[in-house]
Amino acid sequence: MSVGETEQRTGMIKAVPVRHPGRWVAAAAVAVLAAMLVNNLVTNEAYNWAEQLKYLFSPPVLEGVRNTIWLTVAAMAGGIALGIVLALMRLSANPLLRGAAWIYIWVFRGTPLLTQLLIWGNIGALFPTLGLGIPFGPEFVSAQASALYSAAAAAALGLIFNEAAYMAEIVRGGIQSVDSGQQEAASALGLTKAQTLRRIILPQAMRVIAPPTGNEAISMLKNTSLVMAVPYLELTFAVQNIYAHTYQIIPMLIMACLWYLFLSSLMMIGQHYLERHYGKGYAR
Amino acid sequence: MSETTPTVDGTADGLMVKAEQVCKKFGNVEVLKGIDLQVRQGEVMCVVGPSGSGKSTFLRCINHLEKIDAGRLWVDGQLVGYHQRGHKLYELREKEVAAQRRDIGMVFQRFNLFPHMTALQNVMEAPMLVKGEAKDAARARAEQLLGRVGLSDRMGNYPSQLSGGQQQRVAIARALAMQPKLMLFDEPTSALDPELVGEVLDVMRDLAREGMTMVVVTHEMGFAREVGDSLVFMDEGVVVEQGVPREVLANPQHARTQAFLSKVL
Ligand SMILES: Nc1ncnc2c1ncn2[C@@H]1O[C@H](COP(=O)(O)OP(=O)(O)OP(=O)(O)O)[C@@H](O)[C@H]1O
Ligand SMILES: [Mg+2]
Repeated sequence: MSVGETEQRTGMIKAVPVRHPGRWVAAAAVAVLAAMLVNNLVTNEAYNWAEQLKYLFSPPVLEGVRNTIWLTVAAMAGGIALGIVLALMRLSANPLLRGAAWIYIWVFRGTPLLTQLLIWGNIGALFPTLGLGIPFGPEFVSAQASALYSAAAAAALGLIFNEAAYMAEIVRGGIQSVDSGQQEAASALGLTKAQTLRRIILPQAMRVIAPPTGNEAISMLKNTSLVMAVPYLELTFAVQNIYAHTYQIIPMLIMACLWYLFLSSLMMIGQHYLERHYGKGYAR
Repeated sequence: MSETTPTVDGTADGLMVKAEQVCKKFGNVEVLKGIDLQVRQGEVMCVVGPSGSGKSTFLRCINHLEKIDAGRLWVDGQLVGYHQRGHKLYELREKEVAAQRRDIGMVFQRFNLFPHMTALQNVMEAPMLVKGEAKDAARARAEQLLGRVGLSDRMGNYPSQLSGGQQQRVAIARALAMQPKLMLFDEPTSALDPELVGEVLDVMRDLAREGMTMVVVTHEMGFAREVGDSLVFMDEGVVVEQGVPREVLANPQHARTQAFLSKVL
């Protein structure tokens, strides 16, 4: 061993780094594909960017966007509320409540949303009249169902009832993830079950519930496009109506995608802050 | 009903806890097989015994976290979990059970602090929610209690930012915030690193000195000898032996007590 080598042992390490030729190959392939895509976007006349710009903020498109937004909000709010009720039923000590919730979830998760929405659109055939009265007894008021149901209500209810089944399982998982010692500590302090649920269990369950709920909300944004089965006007339906007479199919569909991307990006930002809020107090 | 036999059975004799032939089963397993115990007002009772002997279960029966299957249990003269009229027992409603628990503080082996709340919020929560205390009043007392357990500088920390010993002291302050008449401790130092045990025992010692009635399940024989007024040795769901801690520890009468103490001392 030479003197020089021994000296180097105590100094800074100057080693030859491992080469990663694979990374260079992959980067080159990605760069070529990206260039091809950009070239296509710019030179391919079929995108017709001018046409897209013309309709981007046009009244029918904006109405579709508005309906897509309120449907998403309503479906998630209703789905979460009903989902919490179903989750509590599933966790109840009462076997009847447990069974009823199980059957609900089984039905709504086991059938396609599109089919469900078609049924909601034709619900009048199932319940021609709606009334208030004693079950199996006399009715006090009754009305033609078609007078009460609007396409908007059918669309929102269809999404809510479906979403509730998924939210129920998410909420149940969240509640079950909370350590049983929390319930005990709260009981020992004299909190009632309802107080414990609201102040102790649900806020902690939210940490587990929030991320999948955010994903559900983003899925919901896209699933609203299915309510054209009702039929009810939302973004995708609105652009369909436009290209039905302009024949600019691809530009309109791409434009709809840009809207969806914009809205889902906003939601992802919201999701980030929501998760951070409910992660309070937990070491990462 | 006109003839109501008084359920005030313990107040006259100054008993905080009175257990008569308390039995508890989990399925077919009889975990408590007729426990007779009395805890006087201001007494510190330490309970020791091997794992699985039913110590935690008995403690949880005292505040009705577990329902007893036979016998009677009174806390401060009130029958726990039931209401007696004539010779019949009526289960208490959830609200009434919760009201009984307010006056009984409990400290757990695993602390069970609320992880989404700061130390201060942990202590303020129950007085505000259960007793409807105003926020300012609850905060003032929480600050005072956290000061008393030596955590004035940690009030804004979440449980995950506190050591085990600090968490357990917050848990004690949280229980004290309800101004309980009785404190139950279930192995409060068993989950702690050895060097953190002392700080929790110090707080408990102070509490005993101030006259709090305490039932303490513990393996800390030194604490039992020094602070305890009485020592109970439980094994397989029965009270095998009880007496003045110093005497029981120095001179156990039963073979089972001797065998247990020879292992832990
Ligand atoms: N919820 C429950 N369901 C079924 N069995 C239980 C339940 N809780 C306790 N047990 C059983 O009851 C017995 C007594 O348990 P307990 O927790 O009271 O013992 P312990 O004396 O506190 O023991 P340790 O020192 O280990 O804490 C054990 O055999 C335990 O397995
Ligand atoms: Mg135990």
